[in-house]
Amino acid sequence: MSELTDTAALAPAPQLQGKQQIWERALIFAGIAFLVAAPLLGVYPVNLMTLMCFALFAAAFNLLIGYVGLLSFGHAAFFGTGAYVSGYAAKAWGWTPELALLAGALSGAFLGLIVGFLAIKRKGIYFSMITLALSQMVFFIALQAPFTGGEDGLQSIPRGKLFGVIDLANTNAMYAFVLVIFLAGVFALWRIVHSPFGQILKAIREHEPRSISLGYDVSRYKLIAFVISCTVTGVAGGLKALVTQIASLTDITWQTSGEVVLMTILGGIGTTLGPLVGAGIVKTLEDHLASLGFPVPVLIGAIFVACVLLFRRGIIGEIENWMKR
Amino acid sequence: MLELLGISPIQLYGQLVLGLINGSFYALLSLGLAVIFGMLNVINFAHGALYMLGAFVAFFALDLLGLNYWAALVIVPLVLALVGVVIERTMLRRLYQLDHLYGLLLTFGIALMLEGVFRHYYGSSGIPYAPPPELVGPLNLGFMILPIYRGWVIAASLVLCLFTWYIIERTRLGALLRAATENPSLVQAFGINVPLMLTLTYAGGVALAGFAGVLAAPIYQVNPAMGSNLIIVVFAVVVVGGMGSIMGAIVTGYALGILEGLTKVFYPPASAIVIFVVMAVVLLVRPAGLFGREA
Repeated sequence: MSELTDTAALAPAPQLQGKQQIWERALIFAGIAFLVAAPLLGVYPVNLMTLMCFALFAAAFNLLIGYVGLLSFGHAAFFGTGAYVSGYAAKAWGWTPELALLAGALSGAFLGLIVGFLAIKRKGIYFSMITLALSQMVFFIALQAPFTGGEDGLQSIPRGKLFGVIDLANTNAMYAFVLVIFLAGVFALWRIVHSPFGQILKAIREHEPRSISLGYDVSRYKLIAFVISCTVTGVAGGLKALVTQIASLTDITWQTSGEVVLMTILGGIGTTLGPLVGAGIVKTLEDHLASLGFPVPVLIGAIFVACVLLFRRGIIGEIENWMKR
Repeated sequence: MLELLGISPIQLYGQLVLGLINGSFYALLSLGLAVIFGMLNVINFAHGALYMLGAFVAFFALDLLGLNYWAALVIVPLVLALVGVVIERTMLRRLYQLDHLYGLLLTFGIALMLEGVFRHYYGSSGIPYAPPPELVGPLNLGFMILPIYRGWVIAASLVLCLFTWYIIERTRLGALLRAATENPSLVQAFGINVPLMLTLTYAGGVALAGFAGVLAAPIYQVNPAMGSNLIIVVFAVVVVGGMGSIMGAIVTGYALGILEGLTKVFYPPASAIVIFVVMAVVLLVRPAGLFGREA
């Protein structure tokens, strides 16, 4: 970090005011209204549910990159683990979906605790390389472990009955379930970011040595943030397993880790809506291009390069910046 | 002793050689990463993809132009250096003033594009690339039979690693490079063209990856995924060794390759993850890496 940004930490965090706040709220309500009404408008619900899983994944990832300044390049490990554990709990043990999701969340948290403990020992790009390497280790374990189904993955995972009562095989019921989890997850992350704890995270991002000298145990805060992010990521992965009824190696590859990085950068690092918008754009583009036979990784790579070179604030970040003027 | 464990010496030596070969590529690539990182403060995520590109250029040179292996060994690094110059001049250069993470993200995007293009046209199966006729055949070392080509790969990578180390640590050019790493503006004030040095360093690191790609082509086949499989392991190697030292990168590369080979003998299921486990242990015991300085 340059000397210039050091002083910025002293200034109060810029709050959205007046016109901007109204705009943001309007946008959020419009978004929720769209998500509620979408199945009635004839949007294919499974696509939209998958998209919400990835949006939640990206929002959880954004907690680290956007508010603590940690670029985790191995977040698919937690997403994939959540998917495997939830899927296995639902399929092999016949757990109800809410318990299966809880298992996914706990597995994400547990793995996050281990990976986070190791990775926060280094900073900057070393942190990114360590998370990537450890996630690759998780990938190899998933490839060989007996309960993941190897190359086939876990297939035809039952959606089960919510609380043993509501049958989620009904698409509308499933949609409502996913929507509630998604909104709850995003709201929880938003609350965390705007809490005193979130302010400390931002202080660490802006100037770590100063935060240390103020008496904050920086490593502990980083680890807590990492585990929170991994927990929500585990939920997103578990939800994805229930929605698509598949948990496979794709969920746990470094390509998926890269994808969530891209969603967040494209939408806007450190913005509430950015990761959601980014996930929407990336997933929609992927669906369309895959059906056209265009090589998706090439496009993802090109968007990466364009984002980094041309608009580093991301779409929502650029809009916010433009409205501030 | 070995017989007691049910392991034949032939098997042991065979895996040791395979480990040394893997180690040769770990060393060559982590060396390139360390050189680039030392000067540019950029972690070149595209390093694996450029290594793959090197193998493909060698394949094209043979297939389209009829240039043999030995010609490829000279031409491919030059072509790759040119690619490196283009990447550095048009893109990387704009990011030097920013957080280092942007360099990682940019080169990650480049890696995805390169790999995506080749995967689109060549699928995920490998294309065989025959070793040169001069290097085909067995070499009897007395205690084992070594295919000549494998011996050549180990020797060539060792020589290239030591050559690079010599240039950086023992020549005037290397001294300038190291000085520019410490204090670029002062070196520039002495009339040295530092931006040009940055370009050439990146091109040099990329050329090393290309050379490694040609070396690898006859062993692993030419495969779009060959780079990404390798680069993540090389990242772990770099974390273990620390990027502060050129010799550290080389030694760590070979040592971890051999360790991986030994694991294949004694406990095969762990061979894919042993390097990551070592990384985790090193992070616990010595977070800065075996040869690293804490930044």
